[in-house]
Formats: sequence, structure tokens, C-alpha cells
Amino acid sequence: MTDQLTQAQAETQAQAETQAPIATGATTAGTAAVTTAVTKTRQSQRVVSSRKVFQQIIRRDLRVAMRQRSDLLNPLIFLLIVITLFPLGVGPGPDILGRIAAGVIWVSALLSAMLGLERIFRDDFRDGALEQMLLLPVAVELSVLAKIVVHWLLTAVPVLLITPLLALLLNLPVQAWGVLWLTLLIGTPILSAAGAIGVALTVSLNKGGALLSLLLLPLLVPLLIFATAAVEATLAGVSPAGPLALIGAFSVLSVTLAPLAVKAGLRVSVN
Amino acid sequence: MWRWLHPYAKPEATFHLVQKLLPWFLVPGIVLSVLGLVWGLAFAPPDYQQGESYRIIFVHVPAAMWSMGFYVAMAAAGLLALVWQIRTAELALLAIAPVGAVLTFISLFTGALWGQPMWGTWWVWDARLTAQLILLFLYLGVMALYVAFEDERAGAKAASILALVGVINIPIIHYSVYWWNTLHQQSTVTRAITRLEAPSIAPEMLYPLLVNIVAMMLISAVLVMLRLNNEILRREIHRPWALKYLGIAVSTPAATTGKE
Amino acid sequence: MQFESFTEFLHMGGYAVWVWWSFVGTLACFALLAFEAVMRRKTLVSEARKHAARAERILQARQARKQQKAAH
Repeated sequence: MTDQLTQAQAETQAQAETQAPIATGATTAGTAAVTTAVTKTRQSQRVVSSRKVFQQIIRRDLRVAMRQRSDLLNPLIFLLIVITLFPLGVGPGPDILGRIAAGVIWVSALLSAMLGLERIFRDDFRDGALEQMLLLPVAVELSVLAKIVVHWLLTAVPVLLITPLLALLLNLPVQAWGVLWLTLLIGTPILSAAGAIGVALTVSLNKGGALLSLLLLPLLVPLLIFATAAVEATLAGVSPAGPLALIGAFSVLSVTLAPLAVKAGLRVSVN
Repeated sequence: MWRWLHPYAKPEATFHLVQKLLPWFLVPGIVLSVLGLVWGLAFAPPDYQQGESYRIIFVHVPAAMWSMGFYVAMAAAGLLALVWQIRTAELALLAIAPVGAVLTFISLFTGALWGQPMWGTWWVWDARLTAQLILLFLYLGVMALYVAFEDERAGAKAASILALVGVINIPIIHYSVYWWNTLHQQSTVTRAITRLEAPSIAPEMLYPLLVNIVAMMLISAVLVMLRLNNEILRREIHRPWALKYLGIAVSTPAATTGKE
Repeated sequence: MQFESFTEFLHMGGYAVWVWWSFVGTLACFALLAFEAVMRRKTLVSEARKHAARAERILQARQARKQQKAAH
């Protein structure tokens, strides 16, 4: 806890060094006169570089996550086990498995994402770093975006790495592997972004876990539908471009709009 | 408009307004319900394909329509609560959610009862039914989130945010579910449903349907108003205005001495 | 009127179970909501009454004590 707090302080110091003028429209390389005038009038509220904060948060969160690797591994193992259970449940016939493979992989990915989702804000909320983040003199949305990016890097990238293994286990025809991988690549940012909204709303609650899936899974229905539709289109020999484009659109939409909702949610939760 | 709307941010003003409006919703609501039900059940002609069973439409369609409408109303209340911090809007959100959830449930329940004789199954993964089921989950999510918070105002804010996120998502969910439904190999059962929806409805059936739609809106609105006023009362029950309204005499020290 | 007799009306062309249950179910849902709201209102009012009465009692007791003290 103290470690993270001092880290946050160090961050703010580092940012304070790279102060840049705001709203006046002057660039960092702009006239010195304007800069000094601005800093004089706004001595108390120095503005820090947003990009720097963004990078700092990403770097810090990655470092923190690397210290608790089991947290990262557990959802992945859960995913593998669920995928293993499916053939045992529905029977090992390769035709059945191949047909349901995309759906099973996506549903399992959604469920395993729910497992580790709370980590986006939970630890920061407990040790107070989240409050610090809201108080940083940059747009909160940006810090939130950094959190979302980190979550995506930590949860989606491993899933993307083991996707071929999952497809292999479920006998997905090889021609659909690429599309499945693509749907996961552009669909998982939606998971992280929508997940951040849900976690922001429930982080202050003691038992947010079950509630989180109730809030999020209905919102993720379109993602599941279009992702599996893309794979099925490929299997049927049709171009999967339509659903892929739609997933891309949702992805852009959710990544850009979610930080606004997350900010509002965090304000409620931190209070 | 704001000058007109602003006083109702105060729960007391809203309470009195709702109390005044209540009979104007309740009486036409009951009259139209009775009219609509009698008309729909006894006087509307039977359907040439479905016989008398189609009469379920007179509760099914209004419930399905207003389940959506009340979600939008709830999200609007959420917006008011979030942006302008209006206390009454938080309470309105809380009052609307259960009524909307019940409407959604009614549409699912009557849908199942209609499906059983027509298509031989209680449930088909038809686009409308599926979308409606997801809507029910959204309502439940909003209600569960509100209840989960210990601090009521924080709960209301969180529920407002969720309702707004949901309202952005509802059209997407709807289109995706429809698309999913047309994409998949439809069972004959599902195809039968989509086909039945196609023919335009005859006026002798349409008019009672419209009456029922209006009636259900009015009745649901009455329920929302009752709940809203209960919520207001619950929070303001010890305020002088509420006690005065309820006819509870509160004695000031001076009054008691005068009595003795 | 579409039906010849009342029994025929109840019979609903063989679909009585489905039609009547869906209408009864809907009515029951609304009745439940209305009942809950009315009961809620009643408990609220009675609680407020009790609270007010209690406040009154406290006030009176206090006053009586004051008068006793004054008498002594």
C-alpha cells in the first residue's frame, strides 16, 4: 500500500516537472512569455502532460500486475478447463464440436473475463490509489483509458495467444481460425471497456462479483452474436466482413464512450 | 420549460402534483381497461388462422410495448438524476424499474402462453422473445445495483448510470438479436412466428388493441405514481408538510400547554 | 358479440386455458403491484402516526415533570 502511494506521489512529481500550458492554445514550444504568464496566473494549478500520466499509469499497473502473476493465470486456466469440459458434456463427435467451437470459445472467454475483471479498479480502490487518480490534474477519462488498455494487455493478449490451442481442442476447421482470432482481437477491447464500467459501478460493494455478471453479460450479447456469426460465416464460405466491421464499430464506440461512464461510476463509488 | 420544471425537483411539490394527477390517470385507466378487455375478449372477431387464441395479443402487445417505453422513461429519469442532481428523479427511477420489469415479465409470460397452443412450445429463440428476455435482465440489473448500495443516493446514481448505458445498448441489442435470428437456420416454429407477424391487422382488432395499449400505459403510470409517492413519503415522512398532508397533528410545546 | 353463449365465451374456442391464464396472470401482476404500493403507504402512515404519538408522549411527560418541579 505504501509502496503504491509513494509511487503515485512520485508520479505526480514527475508530471509536475513536465508542466505544459493548457487551454491557451500555446504549444510546449510556444513563446516563453505566454508560458510564464500562464504559470504565473495558475501557479496553484499546474497542468501536467496527459500523455505522461497515461504512460505512467500503464507502466505502474503493468509492474503491479507482474508482482501477482497468479491473478493473471487463473482466468486463463479457468478458460482452458471450461473448454475441456465442453467435449465431456456434449460428446466428442468432431462435427458437433466444430459447429459449436466458436460459440463455446466466446462464451468461455466472456465468463473467464468476468473472473478477473474486478482487478481493474479493486486494488486501487482499497489502497486509495483510485482517489489519487481521480484527483490527478488531467482528464479522468484518460487515466481510465490507460486502465482499460492495461486490462486488455493483461487479459486479452494471453487469451489471443492460446486461442489456436482452444480451436485445436474443439476441432474448429482450420479455415476459420484466423477469423476467430480476429474477432477476439477486435472484440476483447469491448470486454475491457464495458467491464470497466461494471467494475466502476460495483467496486465499492463487498460482494460485487455476481452482480457484475448480471450487469455486464446482457450488455455483451451483441458482441457474442456478431463474433460467432463471423466465424460461422467463414465456415459457410461467406465473407465475414460484415460482422467483423460491426464488432470493430462497437469496439471503437465502447472504447471511446466507456471512459465517460466509468468516470461517472467511479465518482459514485469513491465519493 | 426549466422554470416550469424546476419546482418539481423538490419532493414536496412533486408529491402534491402526483397526488393531483393520480385520479386523472386512474379513472380513465380503469375505464379504458374494462372497455379494452371486454371489447377484445368478447367483441373483436376471431382470427382466421389462430381462432380465439389470438386474444392474448390484447395484453401481450401493450405489455411488450410499454416494457420498452418505461425503460426509456427510467433512463430519462436517470439522466435528470445524474446531470441536474434532481432528487425526485432518483426516486422516479426507483419507482419505474419494478413496474417496467413486471411489464417485461408479463410480455414474456403471455408470450409463452401464446406460443404453447400456436407453435407447440413454451419458448422459442425468436428475436422478439430473446430481446425481451435480455431487457428483463437489464431491469433486474438496475434494481439489483440500486439495492446493493448501502448509501441510497450512491445506489440511485449507480443505477442511473447503468440505465443510461443500457439505453444506448438497447437498439444495438435489438438489431443484433434480430440479425442473429435471421442468420441462423430457423426452425419451422420460428419461421411460423415471423410469418404470422407479417399480415397487417384488421381494424376491428386494431381499435381494441389501441384501447388496451393506452389503458395499460395509464394503469402502469398509476402504479409508478403510487410507488413514487411512497418513496417520497418514506424519506420525508417526518417533515411538517408530510405530517400535515397525512392529517397527523404534531403538537408544538406551546400547543400542549394550551390544551392542558 | 362474437359468442353465442356465456359458456362458449368461457370456452374461448378451445383455447380457454391459454387465453384466461394470460389475462388472469396479467391482472394478478398488476394487482400485486397495486396491493404492495397501497400496503406500503399504510405502513408508512401508521409508522408516522406512532412516531408522532411517541413524540407527543415524551413531550407531555417532560411537561408534567416540569410542572411537578414547579409545584414543589
